[in-house]
Amino acid sequence: MEMIKNFLRQFTVVPLVGWLIGSFVAVLLEYYLGDAISYYLYLPKIPVLFGALTMLKEPLLIPSVLAYDLIIYIVPVLLLGRLLAAFSNRVATWFEALPLWLATVVHLAAFYGILHLWAGINDYRVLVVKLTMVAIILTVSLNIINGYQGEFSCSHPGFMALGAYASSSLTLMLFADDKMFGAALLPPALGPWLFPLILIFGGAVAAIGSLVVAIPSFRTRGDYLAIISLAFMFIVKSAIENMEFLGGPRGMSSQPNYATLPIIFIWTMLCIWIIHNFISSTMGKALNAVRDNEAAANSMTVNTRKTKMTAFMFGAFWAGVAGGLFAHVLRYVNPGTFGIQKLAEILAMVYFGGLNSIYGSIVGAVSISVLGEALRPLELFKWIIIPLILILVMIFRPYGLISFTEINVKGLMRPKNRSRSGGAE
Amino acid sequence: MAPLLKVKNMTHFFGGLRAVDNFNLEIEAGQIYGLIGPNGAGKTTTFNLITGVHTPTEGTIELEGEDIKGLEVHRIADKGLGRTFQNLALWRHMNVLDHIRMAHYSRLDYSLFGAFLGSPKCHKREREVIENSRRLLDLFDVGRFADQLVGNLPYGAQRRVEMARAMATNPKILFLDEPTAGMTPDELNRMIEIIRQVHRDFGVAIFLIEHRMKFVMELCESVQTLVFGEVIAEGPPAEIQNNPKVIEAYLGKEDIH
Ligand SMILES: Nc1ncnc2c1ncn2[C@@H]1O[C@H](COP(=O)(O)OP(=O)(O)O)[C@@H](O)[C@H]1O
Ligand SMILES: [Mg+2]
Repeated sequence: MEMIKNFLRQFTVVPLVGWLIGSFVAVLLEYYLGDAISYYLYLPKIPVLFGALTMLKEPLLIPSVLAYDLIIYIVPVLLLGRLLAAFSNRVATWFEALPLWLATVVHLAAFYGILHLWAGINDYRVLVVKLTMVAIILTVSLNIINGYQGEFSCSHPGFMALGAYASSSLTLMLFADDKMFGAALLPPALGPWLFPLILIFGGAVAAIGSLVVAIPSFRTRGDYLAIISLAFMFIVKSAIENMEFLGGPRGMSSQPNYATLPIIFIWTMLCIWIIHNFISSTMGKALNAVRDNEAAANSMTVNTRKTKMTAFMFGAFWAGVAGGLFAHVLRYVNPGTFGIQKLAEILAMVYFGGLNSIYGSIVGAVSISVLGEALRPLELFKWIIIPLILILVMIFRPYGLISFTEINVKGLMRPKNRSRSGGAE
Repeated sequence: MAPLLKVKNMTHFFGGLRAVDNFNLEIEAGQIYGLIGPNGAGKTTTFNLITGVHTPTEGTIELEGEDIKGLEVHRIADKGLGRTFQNLALWRHMNVLDHIRMAHYSRLDYSLFGAFLGSPKCHKREREVIENSRRLLDLFDVGRFADQLVGNLPYGAQRRVEMARAMATNPKILFLDEPTAGMTPDELNRMIEIIRQVHRDFGVAIFLIEHRMKFVMELCESVQTLVFGEVIAEGPPAEIQNNPKVIEAYLGKEDIH
């Protein structure tokens, strides 16, 4: 135990830049030597998600997979992180002098570069990363309503469906020749450039749709939101199933490939940034005041009904954007996707990650998405293991893993070679 | 000139229960006015009627000559009616500084999209709000708790946070619902000082509900006594204290001194 602690203490001096450099080298290593190393370890190919699938399918290969992870990821990242600590702390100090936004953008760009390289090694990785980022948008936006605002809304899959169908219809109508909407109305080359507007349109449709839930729920006293929002989800699903011009239960396909990895990454960061701005402003903190004591909020000049409506529409907007991205990632949607299982997934991510925390939601979305993919061979078990983890978290951390914690960008990027008070070590 | 707050013939029923009966009140700017009475007399209900939580069955309420009856609570608060609550109404997951920031809500001059995108206007306003909030916290001697959750504060400090929060709405009149409920004698004396200070520094009128005569005697210029929703006496505290009807109403219920 003591040994592990001492070992881990070695790494408290590594700043974020250091980990980024380590990961970059690890990814390069995999890029150039991954095939060779897999070959010598008797692995059929480069393990996709750190070998989780391989281990589950062929237990005999477990030692090989572990060796692979050690050689490619763990050793290079730890070793380089530690060895280059002095250098990367100097870089971090240099970054500290830059404006915060610039330092953040540079870090994000570096992170994206690594992610791009890593995902690029295998198509399946690209898909997992894309869907994980869509999940982050969904989770963070549901946290606005269920965490920051303290309601219990179940309609996120419904809003997602509205966004998915609204944006898909638009891209198919405008930029694609297809059997449903006929020939393209605009030159297809314009498509990728207008895609942001299409996503915003999808989000807006979801936000307007959310009024159907918000108006009756927030007008009356008492808590009907859970019921009304659940009903809304089912109504959207069966309404789309019955709309033949949208493909009915068969769904809608051949959306153009606009949701590329960089585009989704930018949208995810944009979503996090905007939501972070909002909830750190006094206007956004009104959600917390309404949640904790509505009467007091009212007496402190807070327009509580407007606050609730705004938060709800805002959350729905992002669910709509996520739906649009989702449809253009899979390039196929059908109403069956937006049902109770999707709801359970998003709720699990929100409550596992932690209420009232963007950071928590990111952790929740990433861990449950990746876990879900890793456990895919155990299809049925997935729905036993994930709820089990959820129950444990609920018992030991009722508000979730990382609740009521906000991202401190500056703290994340700061050099680690001096103590918190700023004095030299 | 119209009085700051004028309530005429205010009556309110909860179902069949006459909670407040024909209540009249005139408070001038800068006055400290008291409302006393035994438990269940309808004091808190009177506050809730004037602040808009309930709309009175009958009567009129005017703030600086303007009819405010039937307006939403947040509108009335914005017009200059600040309040505290009998049983502390704080936001348990929010830190002390954010409590005071929140009370600036109606005076945030940036748009929703400004908040989303962190516009310069939004940042500027937030900086001003935070600065003003810290000033208020220091004034109420709770500045050192700024980053703590309210629940971690001692009871007396929580009361002061609530008062700082009410003052942050920039009220013309401050409603205090039993500001010393549950306080030790030490904390009580401190609260008297604080109310005096608020009155002096902000020039705000104060309308307070109290149980303890000592408190009312020291602070108020005029007092009304409420029993079963009905005003039984009105006048300067010395008179009220010796009024036989008041003594009878309080007898065996509270220690009047
Ligand atoms: N919202 C309400 N609905 C019904 N009855 C109420 C309500 N609020 C207060 N009452 C009743 O009105 C009476 C006066 O209560 P209150 O104003 O709280 O008294 P006080 O503050 O003087 O102790 C009590 O009988 C109480 O039960
Ligand atoms: Mg009361």
